[in-house]
Order: sequence, then structure tokens, then C-alpha cells
Amino acid sequence: MSPRLAPLKIEARREIPRGLLYATPLLAVALTVVAGFFIFLAMGYDPFLSLYHFFVSPLLSFYGWSELMVKAAPLILIGVGLAVGFRANVWNIGAEGQLTVGAITGGVVALAVWGEEPVWILPVMCLAGIGGGMAYAAIPAFLKTRFGVNEILTSLMLTYVATLFLSTLVYGPLKDPMGFNFPQSRMFGDAALLPLLLEGTRLHLGTGIAVAIAVAGWVMMTFTIVGFQVRVLGQAPQAARFAGFSSTRIVWFCLLLSGGLAGLAGTFEVAGPIGQLIPSISPGYGFTAIIVAFLGRLHPLGIILSGLLMALSYIGGETAQVEVGLPQAVTGVFQGLLLFFLLASDFLVRYRLRFRPTVAAAASSQPAE
Amino acid sequence: MSTGGSAPRLEVPRLEVRGVSKRFPGVLANDRVDFAVAPGEIHALLGENGAGKSTLVKIIYGVLGPDEGEIFWNGEAVSVADPHAARALGIGMVFQHFSLFEAMTVLENVALGMDRAEDMTALAQRVREISEAYGLPLDPERDVYTLSVGERQRIEIVRCLLQNPKLLIMDEPTSVLTPQEVERLFETLRQLAAEGVSILYISHKLQEIKALCDRATILRGGKVVAACDPKAETAKSMAQMMIGAELKTVTRRSGGALGEARLAVEGLTLASEAVHGTDLKNVSFAVKAGEVFGIAGVAGNGQNELLMALSGERLADHETVVRIDGTAVGRSDAGRRRRLGLCAVPEERNGHAAVPGMSLVENAVLSGHHRMALLSHLFIRAGAAARFAAEIVRAFDVRTPGTGVAAGSLSGGNLQKFVVGREILQKPKVLVVSQPTWGVDAGAAATIHQALADLATEGVAVVVVSQDLDELLAITDRLAVINVGVLSSAMVTAEASVEEIGLLMGGVHGLDGSVPGEEASHVA
Amino acid sequence: MTPDAIALVLLTVISAATPLLFAALGELVVEKSGVLNLGVEGMMILGAVAAFAVAVTTGSGSLGVLAGAAAGTALAFVFGVLTLTLAANQVATGLALTIFGLGLSSLIGAGYVGIPVSPLAKLAVPGVSDLPLIGPLIFGHDALVYLSIAAVAAVAWFLKKSRAGMILRAVGESDISAHSIGYDVIAVRYRAVLFGGAMAGLGGAFLSLSYTPLWAEGMTAGRGWIALALVVFASWRPWRLLAGAYLFGGVTIAQLYTQGAGGLGIPSQVMSMLPYLATILVLTIIAAGPWKGRLNAPACLGKPFRPST
Repeated sequence: MSPRLAPLKIEARREIPRGLLYATPLLAVALTVVAGFFIFLAMGYDPFLSLYHFFVSPLLSFYGWSELMVKAAPLILIGVGLAVGFRANVWNIGAEGQLTVGAITGGVVALAVWGEEPVWILPVMCLAGIGGGMAYAAIPAFLKTRFGVNEILTSLMLTYVATLFLSTLVYGPLKDPMGFNFPQSRMFGDAALLPLLLEGTRLHLGTGIAVAIAVAGWVMMTFTIVGFQVRVLGQAPQAARFAGFSSTRIVWFCLLLSGGLAGLAGTFEVAGPIGQLIPSISPGYGFTAIIVAFLGRLHPLGIILSGLLMALSYIGGETAQVEVGLPQAVTGVFQGLLLFFLLASDFLVRYRLRFRPTVAAAASSQPAE
Repeated sequence: MSTGGSAPRLEVPRLEVRGVSKRFPGVLANDRVDFAVAPGEIHALLGENGAGKSTLVKIIYGVLGPDEGEIFWNGEAVSVADPHAARALGIGMVFQHFSLFEAMTVLENVALGMDRAEDMTALAQRVREISEAYGLPLDPERDVYTLSVGERQRIEIVRCLLQNPKLLIMDEPTSVLTPQEVERLFETLRQLAAEGVSILYISHKLQEIKALCDRATILRGGKVVAACDPKAETAKSMAQMMIGAELKTVTRRSGGALGEARLAVEGLTLASEAVHGTDLKNVSFAVKAGEVFGIAGVAGNGQNELLMALSGERLADHETVVRIDGTAVGRSDAGRRRRLGLCAVPEERNGHAAVPGMSLVENAVLSGHHRMALLSHLFIRAGAAARFAAEIVRAFDVRTPGTGVAAGSLSGGNLQKFVVGREILQKPKVLVVSQPTWGVDAGAAATIHQALADLATEGVAVVVVSQDLDELLAITDRLAVINVGVLSSAMVTAEASVEEIGLLMGGVHGLDGSVPGEEASHVA
Repeated sequence: MTPDAIALVLLTVISAATPLLFAALGELVVEKSGVLNLGVEGMMILGAVAAFAVAVTTGSGSLGVLAGAAAGTALAFVFGVLTLTLAANQVATGLALTIFGLGLSSLIGAGYVGIPVSPLAKLAVPGVSDLPLIGPLIFGHDALVYLSIAAVAAVAWFLKKSRAGMILRAVGESDISAHSIGYDVIAVRYRAVLFGGAMAGLGGAFLSLSYTPLWAEGMTAGRGWIALALVVFASWRPWRLLAGAYLFGGVTIAQLYTQGAGGLGIPSQVMSMLPYLATILVLTIIAAGPWKGRLNAPACLGKPFRPST
């Protein structure tokens, strides 16, 4: 009877179902594993063996778990900061640059007192790292709030600048005079290295701090007016203004917070697993943390889990490289795929798919007004 | 096109709708609707906001597909797959919210409404011809954002007329026009009907329908509840059919005001921050305790800018430009103004007055945390916030399954009751409300009007910004008219004439309207 | 400097500008339709590796160029499915595109590092090509350079004069209005997004087959992002985009020459920062300037749209 009967009807949901919101990341992970199966198959590797070494074998040893937590620390730290910004529609995608600057400022403090072993050095390094990351994030914050320059492009451009700056330093003024001309600084003194949580591993204090900060982030976002302001600005900027929340202050807050945490992560990397300044501090933690934030649903506690999962993608990539000879680039492919699947599965969260009732059924089921 | 307006009614209807139903999540917008329009007839589709009128005409025009039902065109069943198909049949539509492109020219806007590529020079010539023939002056080369609302509507009408429509659908065309512009539009429509064009006229304004239409179909809750000859009915009888109940009237003590000015605005000049917005120019007025002050005007003449300047969302140049109970607040943000007692309800509920994705409790915190003590240092007092939200829901009869549901899941009328109630329960000293009853049903409108009147009785200064002149005439003590960012001097409502207000709404130059260049110069 | 030396410098400027021009021109059309695709970097580098791999494998530069365009288009299609069909967040999807593109390209390119490829053929007209300055400047390029300039003219004409271009602008200006008068917003945007992908792919192909010509991991080095900034710089006008791309080509070459000339005592890495810092500077000037360049921004840029049915 009706001229246009589509079998499937797509309706926008008026309310987001919580269960589905937190279940879809699992769906995305499952789909990524399935896609990985076919990618390995297409590349001529044994898919079962590859998947096993990618996702399972790193988790079979105690050392594997400890490495997982080492890699998860920067991802969680940065992811929590970015998630707060993303909630407010502040798109800091230059965390990699802020991490690099934080590594530099923290590292410079360590190198400045090289040869001495002052007890205050670690806290000062951390503060320097946070300050460095904040100062670097302040550039896009200033340009955005003062002139309305898009923070996506500026924060990203600054990442390239930071990497080049680090390179300038380790090839130049900070180069180890006894280092056979290798582009790296002196090794930090013992007092400037993060204490290990477990002997025989690289698991350091930074992981514990990252988890503590994620919990603090959750408290802030859920129970305080600060988190409320951030959420309102992101969902309805006009309503934020109506309520008297200053968008300028929130933008500054988000960028300084995410920049500071990225800077702290940078200091943790050089004071933890690396122990000196080298040209490349991070295998893209600042970018991967973007995926971590989304996969954790921009929820600080979710980010702890997604940070561990993305850390697995690094370690799994390394293991699979050693065991089956997979190129390490597989890690990046997996990370991208995971974000694709997550964004696609979001559709299920925001829209309801319904098969239309038949015409006869519809006619006999008129709801009462 | 000269069959004459008094064609016999027994012929095959030009358009007939049979058993059309349309369902949206949570609402049955059209429920087995039947009606027919004869050639050359001006047919009213009458109903309250939310009665399903707009949904129905979107189905006829092919923007939406019906869930059930059939459409007959000149007696033959047709399927209107999309607006192209509708136009191919000879159906033209002027939307309530114009389907125009601000940054493009009039000519481009017209060309986009045509289904084939046209030679632009020839098209410009035809636009000039049509606009001349029907008294709709337009300059094809102008950018749309420089035009007044009335001129924009002309683009829509000319765009339709270029396709020689047999049926012209007008969706609430007069809500954006001054009374004088309305009269001119009616002349154009009568001329078209006399040429044999059928007109489907959607409105909830009874006087207009009595003045213009040959027949009326009345919708309520998505169903056809009556059909009548408007000329044989009274406005009151049609209103009862439309609402389904007796109209309540607002009761309040009459009498003058009333103490010192609680809200005083002096020389407020503010550039709009919207790309195509209206700047405020030297706006001054004062509202005393116990007074309801109205601000009338056609949409887009600076009402939003004024509301934001009062609420503190935009700051004035000097602190003394705005005063609350004598305290200068022109440079103070919305938070300080609220603490001093100025509460506001902006026009747009979703995304401005409320955050659709947040719960009612969170939305209560949104503007209530200043005056309702909902914070303890940085922490939100969850219990107090929940109690405040529950109190709003109870006092203003907000229909909702609970206070934990998202604001966006409420119907428009219920959300309006919530946001108005949220401000009223904060016991403001000054309340600024924009479009207080926009989109709510008559019962809720009466509740809100009564609440505003009660507030005034308690000594609050109330400012009502509305495009609905009838509403302002009914509930205000004094009113002023805003036009292109300039506020007229205030007049006592009981002594004001609609004629005079209409002239002010049109502005001095805009009244004639035959010189588009002049009109636009205020807007640009 | 001799005329030959000047010609050589200008030639390198043109070839440094061409990848930016391709990518930015594609993105301009995408943004005019109301879509913000931040994945230009990803599409570009996938185009670069696909072009290189196909050119090396088949020995045909033309097939390589086609493969580059096809790879960019394929990735753009993924973007289209996510943001247009599934109404996903455009910013997040664009970032995913870049991350995925960088990963996939280094996976594909792992076997091609350090392999030489014969660069695309240069157009040569006997006699005329030998003229000083003019000859090499006008005739010393491969076909892609001419194509990029022709594409600017074509896009300028398309947007201003053609009906399809008018519809595309209308869709970017108000998706709701365009939908209500009967245009298929999603279909128009799909076409624009795919075009943008093909252009980004061409930019990548030029990079790996003509500019360098070789494959290196991450070789786009932020050019996709600079292309995005160029669109803002040009305030969505094709001819101004041409000027912007050549300006940035000039900055790139200037810093290379300064490095080559001993760098004036400045570390080479500091010189390499120039294009990125210039991008930030240009964005700031555009945003802070008195001119209303932003007036030209499509009103619906970045907003998801799903028609109700």
C-alpha cells in the first residue's frame, strides 16, 4: 500500500544506552582480530600463529605483563588528558610533541646535575616535564583562544617542530662527550631514574602514578563542577555560555592538562625505560593515545583498560616480528583498523536499527494517543 | 491558468490524501489522515504546534515518506518519492524554515530550486518578470544573507512560481512577517487562486485563516478532527476544535507598576558575533518590580543578541549599561548576574537552555548551581541537585519517566516547561524569557503564562521576548518593538494599536518593501 | 645567479609545491561540500606507496600514478562510509585515516625501501626546451605538474560556473536546505570525498615518483596537514590555493638551499622546522587578520548529516 516501504528503518536514539556504549569497544576489538586474520592470510603468514604471537604469547610470561604495563603508562597518562579535552571538543592531537618537550625539559634537569645525586632531582624532573608539556600546549591554547586558530593543525605542526628540536639537542649541545659521537645524551644518574616497582623488570613508579591519575581524572569528570563544565562545553557550547562557563578558561584548562600529562609521560620515558635523551623518545605514544582515549570511551577508567590493550599492540607487534617475521608496521595497521571499527560500531550506539512492521501489522497496532 | 477562483467543488480534487500515517520514535505524527484540496481553492490546514501539520505537508512534498496511506493527484494515485517528483507533478512548497543558502545569490538560490540546468541570464529575467507580476520585488544578484526575512520568503515563493505550480504549499508563512507584509502576501495568494492554483495554507492563526481560506481541515494529535468553512465559524469555535477544550485565560491583577526599576538598560550597543547577525543599536528600557515587559518584533531583528546581552552571555562595553536592582553588571558574566537575581530562558531549548544529552538532574545544575546552592567547593551536591530537578518536574507538571532521563528525550513542550520552571523556581528578581510558549500546546502555554503573571505579582520584573504579538498583547503591561537592532520607545499595552506595532515591526523603510536595496541596508 | 640556476631553483619550487597543490585542491572540494577530512596525510602516503610499488613492479610510471590515485580514493571511500553513511565524527575518523594510512603504507613499503625507480618522464619540446630560463621552466616538468595546474582551473570553473558545482556549494552551505529541496546530500558528499582521495593519492604519487623519487617510511612528513592549512589560507578559493602552494614550495626549497649552503651556522634541524612554523604563522595571520576570510568557510563544515526518512 505504502509507496515507500524500506525493510530497514534507522532511527536516531533519543538516549544513549550505557550498556551498548561500553560493549561496542569489545565488538571493535573482535572485528579487528577477525580482520587481522585475513590480513595475515593475505600477506602469506600463518594467521593462527601470527595472531597467537600478536595477542596471546606476550601475556603468557610475567615479564610480558610487566612490559605491557611499562608501555601502558604513557598511553594511559596521555589518554586521560586527551579524553578530557575531547569531551570539551578541544582536539589536542599534538600530544606527541608535548611528550617530546616534557622529555627534553625533564631530561635537561637530570643532565644539569649530572655527576651529583641530589635526592630532590626526580620530583623536580617531573615538575619540569609537566611544565614543559604545559608550556608547549599553551601555544595552541593561546592561538585558539586569542585568534581562533584551529588547535588541530597548530598542535600537530608543533609535534614536528618538537621532534626536530630534540634532534638538534642530541646532535648538538646535549650530545654525550664520551659517546663516540652517537646522537644521544649522557646516561642519567641513578637518582634521576624512576624507582623500579619489581626487580628484574622495567616496571617503574610511573605506571602506578598513571593509574592514580586516571582515577583522579574519573573523580574530576564525574563529581566536580570542573568536569561538568568540560562536558557541557563539548555537548552544547551555547548552553555552557548560558550557564556562565567560560569557554576560554575551559580550552586553556584542557590543553594545559593534556599537555602537562603528556609532558609527564615524556619525563617518565626518559627517566624510566630509556634513561637518557635520544633522537626518538616515543614510538608514537602521543598519537596512539588518541585511539586509547576513544577506545576507552573518553572515560578515565575505561582508558586504563584500553591503554593496556594498545600497549599489547606494541608488544605483540614486537613479538610477532621476532617469532614469525611480521613487519612491525602491522602495529599501526591494527591501531588504525581498531579505530575504524570502533567508529563504525558507534553507529549502533547512536541509532536504532529496526525492521519495519508489515503494513497489516502497523495498521492493527495503533498506539493510544 | 485562468479557470477562475470560483470553480465548482464537485470536480476531481487536485490533491487528495487518504489514510496517511507517519510514525516517529515515541510519537504518531499522522494518524490515518484524509483530506482533499480542489483546484483554485485556498485550503487551511489548522492545528496547534505538534498537531502533525508540518509532517503531513512534508509527506505531500516528498521530503518524508509515509508509513501508510495514499496520495491522489488529479484523481490518480501517485508516489511522491522526493521533492523532484513533487515538483514534476506541479507541487511547490514554501517552507516555514526557509530552505535557502545564505552565502549564495538570490539567482543561485532560485536555480537550485529548478530541476534542470537553466541559462542563468534567462532565469534572472524570468525572476524579474514573476516578481513584478505578483508584487514580490527581488534583486537576483543579491546575496541572501543581506536580505530581510520578508524578502527571503519572496525568494521561496518566486522559486515555486517559476515552475507553474498547480498546488502551492505554504507552511506557517506569516510567523516571520509584519501585519502589513501579511496583507500583501494574502493579495498575492488570492491572485494565484484566481488563476486556478490550489493553495494549502498551514497555520495556527485563526484570524488569518478566516480572512484568507475557503475551507479548513483541523488536525489534533495527528488526526483529522474536523473540517469546516472558516468564514462560517468564529475564531473561538475553531480554537475549540483545534485545542479540544475551553481556552483558559490568564488571571492577574491589573494595575500599574510598581516601585524602582529592577532591570535598567541604557544605551546598549553591541555588534553581533554571528556572521550574518543583527547588531544592537543604542537599546534602552527599564522594567519595574511587578511589571511584565514585552519585546515584539519579526524574527532575526536582534532578539537573540538582546537576550544574550541581558543574560550575560555577551558583555556590554561598559559596566553601567545594564543594571540589576541598581547594581551595574554590564561587564559581568552570566554567573554573577544570576547570583544577583537575573535568570533567563533563551529561545532555543535544545543545546542552549538545556543540554539534550544530559539528564534532567544535570540540566538542573546547569543554571541552578548559582542560586540553589548545588555546589560544595568544586563538588556537585548530587542529592540537592536531584531534589531540585524533582521539584521542577512536580511544580510544572513535566511529563517524564524520571529525572534521570536525558533532556533530549522529552517532548518540546515538556522540555520548555522544565527550563521555564527551572528559572522560576530559582526565585529570580528579574526574569528574561524568549518565546516562552514556542512549540508547546495550549494547556502548557496557559500554565506558563500563569506562572509568569504570578511571578510579576510577587514583585519580579519580567521581560518577555516573543514573535507572537497576540501573546504579548495578552500578558504584558508595556511593550516595545525591536527592528534591525533598534528598540522603539515603550508603550502601554492596553493602549497600543496593532496597526502601530505592525508599522514599527516593519521599520520605517521596510514598510513599502518595493526597494529591496534600502531594506537590506539595515540588515547587512 | 645564471638564468639556468634560477630556472633550476624555480623548477624545484614547482615540484615541491605540486604534491601540496594536489592534496589541498582535493580537500578544498571536500570542504566546500561541508565535509572535513583530516585524513589527507594518510591518503597521501598510501597513494605514494601504491604508486611506487606499482611503478617498480610494472615498470610503468603511468600505471603507478593511477594506482596512487586509486589508493587515495579507496581510503577516502572508507572515510565516506564511516562519516557519511554511518555519521561518525569527522575529526576522529580523519585521524584514524591518517594512523591507518601511515601504518599500512609502511607495511606495504617495507620491501621497497632503497629501491630506485625511474622518475616520470619530463615533457620536452625540441628547440623550445633549450631556451634559457623559459624553456626548462615551462617544458621541464612531467605531466603531473601540468595536470595539477589544469586541475586548479577546472576546479575553479566547476565551483563557480557549473550547476554541479553550485549544488556542491549548496550542500556545504546548508545540508538541511539542500535535502529539503530534493538534493541527495550524501551522494554529493561521497563524490567530493572520493575526488579528494584521488587528488591526495596523486599528490602522494608525485612525491614518490617524481619529487624524491624513492620510497621512505613516513615520507609525506606532514604535507597532508600542511595541505589542510593551505585550504584555510586560501579561504577556499582555488587560485589563491595555487599561490599558497607555491609559496610553501618556496619555503621548503629555501630551507633546503640554506642547509646546503652550510646553513649560516644554524643547525639543519632548525631550518627543517621552517615549513611547520610557517604553517602556524600563516594560520594565525589568516585567523587574526582584519579580512573576513572565514566568511567563505562552508557553513556546514564538519557537521554530520543524516537525512530523516
